[in-house]
Amino acid sequence: MSAPARSAPPTLALVNVSKSFGAVRALQGVTIELHAGEVHALAGENGAGKSTVVKTFAGVHRPDTGEVRVEGRPVTFHGPADAQAAGVAVIYQEPTLFPDLSVAENIFMGRQPRTALGRIDRRAMHARTAELFERLGVALDPQQPARGLSIADQQVVEIAKAISRKARVLIMDEPTAALTGQEVARLFAVTRTLRDQGCAVLFISHRLEEIFEICQRVTTLRDGTYIGTEDVADLTPDDLVQRMVGREVEALYPKQDVTPGEVALKVSRLTREGVFTDVSFEVRRGEIVALAGLVGAGRSEVARAIFGVDRWDAGAVEVNGTALPPGSPTAAMAAGIALVPEDRRQQGLVMDMSIERNMGLTQLRSLRRATGRGPLISRRVERDRAADWALRLQLKYARLSDVVGVLSGGNQQKVVLAKWLATDPAVLIVDEPTRGIDVGTKAEVHRLLSELAAQNLAILMISSDLPEVLGMADRVLVMHEGRLTAEIPRAEATEESVMAAATGRTGAVGEAA
Amino acid sequence: MADRGAVGGRPPTGNRADRGAVGGRPPTGNTADRGAVGGRPPTGNTAGSKQGGFEVGRLVRWDVVVAALLIVVFFGGVGLSPDFGNTDNISFALGDLSEIALIALPMTLLVVCGQVDLSVASVLGLSSALVGKLWDGGMAIETIIPLVLVVGLVCGLVNGVLVTRLGLPSLAVTIGTMTLYRGLAYVVLGTEAVSQFPQQYTDLAVNNVPGTPIPYPIALFAVLALTTAVVLHATGVGRSLFAIGAQEEAAYFAGIRVKRLKLILFVLSGLVASFAGIVYTLRYGSARADNGLGLELTVIAAVLLGGVDFDGGKGTLGGVLAGVLLIGVMRNLLMLNDVANEIQSIVTGLLLVVSVLTPRVIAIVREVRSRGGGSGAPAAAKAAS
Repeated sequence: MSAPARSAPPTLALVNVSKSFGAVRALQGVTIELHAGEVHALAGENGAGKSTVVKTFAGVHRPDTGEVRVEGRPVTFHGPADAQAAGVAVIYQEPTLFPDLSVAENIFMGRQPRTALGRIDRRAMHARTAELFERLGVALDPQQPARGLSIADQQVVEIAKAISRKARVLIMDEPTAALTGQEVARLFAVTRTLRDQGCAVLFISHRLEEIFEICQRVTTLRDGTYIGTEDVADLTPDDLVQRMVGREVEALYPKQDVTPGEVALKVSRLTREGVFTDVSFEVRRGEIVALAGLVGAGRSEVARAIFGVDRWDAGAVEVNGTALPPGSPTAAMAAGIALVPEDRRQQGLVMDMSIERNMGLTQLRSLRRATGRGPLISRRVERDRAADWALRLQLKYARLSDVVGVLSGGNQQKVVLAKWLATDPAVLIVDEPTRGIDVGTKAEVHRLLSELAAQNLAILMISSDLPEVLGMADRVLVMHEGRLTAEIPRAEATEESVMAAATGRTGAVGEAA
Repeated sequence: MADRGAVGGRPPTGNRADRGAVGGRPPTGNTADRGAVGGRPPTGNTAGSKQGGFEVGRLVRWDVVVAALLIVVFFGGVGLSPDFGNTDNISFALGDLSEIALIALPMTLLVVCGQVDLSVASVLGLSSALVGKLWDGGMAIETIIPLVLVVGLVCGLVNGVLVTRLGLPSLAVTIGTMTLYRGLAYVVLGTEAVSQFPQQYTDLAVNNVPGTPIPYPIALFAVLALTTAVVLHATGVGRSLFAIGAQEEAAYFAGIRVKRLKLILFVLSGLVASFAGIVYTLRYGSARADNGLGLELTVIAAVLLGGVDFDGGKGTLGGVLAGVLLIGVMRNLLMLNDVANEIQSIVTGLLLVVSVLTPRVIAIVREVRSRGGGSGAPAAAKAAS
């Protein structure tokens, strides 16, 4: 696996590329060589310049200095069309297919095979699509409409489209962020097939284990500067993290031992018809309880019901002994529940609003009270409070009046956390708290959760990230198809025991039920 | 999008040092403990960040543009027609705006919150018809007014309930009730007209506040406009409306009572529209079922012209004020110069199209510039969604 002596020039390369936006230096002296038959990882924290590299390859940005080279020859991409013509294809995290067209029509959009009469030759189109899928080793129906395809399937369609255009370089920008384990495995199988057929692949992921699984070499960026390119086989995950962050990252899972206090959240026989059934559990002060399970097991739905954004049909929720009415987020907040939702961009934040206003949105009443001027909001109090939280959570921002949408994913998540911690909750529910967040920020969020628990907050953490569940939780609850199937104490929680319960392979149901 | 954020959000190097402070207990509005954490002025960070040239265009706000346009048109008008600047004409022009201006206030709140009420002119007509019918039937004006206001409130309540409880889009609901309420107006009064209202009340609708060129309804509007501006821009309710308009789901997840607020706005809109109906009836001294036909479009035109985003989440009351006045000034100028009615409506229409279009065009130009050329992917994304 070590780097062979390469005689052929790289299929696609950036050589000593720098790029600035206004006064911000996005890239500085970056060199990346993508060779045929290689999966190359691009690693770096959010804001390190990965997306700028992708967009430079894709012809969206032009380098200020340095060169883009195709087969060793310097080229200038005047736009994405040039890059496409040179054989570069980008697969984004969330593909953009035409939902009402069939898979085959999507793949051959604008290049449909014609019959002698000039009409679209559907049969040929379907046959060629089937051929592509066979080559990629996936089972998809060419005639199926794109609407309703899973994100994983949509990515496969995008890849097929790229191959049909004779793409020689595939750039995959965080393709696995929204995929389940099985889907990731299939994507990797497809990727290996392409690699063996002579494609060059650039792979970006926040999940280090994926880099180690599929990539041969890795180029690391930090704050827009080029750190180095190395063989993956020569690195440990810790080495890679150290290169990305530039300092020793504190332990990724800094769970402190705590003695749980009294019950803060008590959920009894909670049922929402067709969604989840008979869910009962407790979360004590100082405890982090993880709610694990496969995507679609009903975990987020339970959280939504507890917080009141959805109604429940039967059962009860108590916070510090007080029963909550169903379907009222306002009542849940008043009782001390905070929910950091799954979908940051839709549910967690108002993307067009400023950082400070987003943080203040949960405390409009107290921003008001603090003024002592009747119902008016004090912008000063709002800003001071936001500045305070920004400091505590080490938010990286330019101005508090900037819209929250310009922040990186990790920093956006910190704003959501700040917005909820500012309500001084007794129970904090976090749904996928570190999804799509870089490794440094992830460790910060974990440390924060751990400290909050140590300060007697009750935390319910929903997570699909097994190492996170095992690393952070005092107890692991597992859901399968809308029911709690296991309650596993920290000492007994392993990947195997959690996965067994999550897939319904366990016979023994914990005391939870 | 994400990329631009990543580039902008470079670490302000000052932050790393004080890691120990993180995770301290939430402040709960207690100012005393802020000092302990070392609450640094937020401006400290600004120095380290560089925003580059993108921001410059954003400083030119649409509402300011409209206000400037208003001033230009106003003084242009003074130069153009000698009658325009005299006190009587200004007073008349203002009075002529009464209903539009009043209804524009709740309409602004609705549009900011991502909703719209097309039934306002019909509520105005229904109220006018009711005033006529009841006055004709011998009821005292003092009884009629509260009664009609209650009817307006109920009209608004119906809109609000249909939108919030049944989850229907407000555009569809109020297109329906627009026809419904106008129909009811004809049921009440048919095609007749009722006039001869008591002088003391018609005077109140027409006369100026003593010593000023400002008619009473406009004086009332000024007070209400100030209140609305404060509510929209300086209270939690205002913040909530902007949040709902910008991203309703996130607002709901932040514990904002989305449905309740929307309901209140629709009720308010109906109430103000029926009050405008009373003003209209008294001002013209004539109650008719077709009073104020088409007025809703002028109101919405003024609101959009004032820079409120029809998609919700953006806008200022100052902008709407400028928009209302600009429409009033234009109408008055065209009238003074004997321009035909059709041309007047064409001008209003053009103004509206321009006001909706210009910010979009600016946004697109800005986007193209910052991306350094269009790309195929976003276009496909738009087509697919």
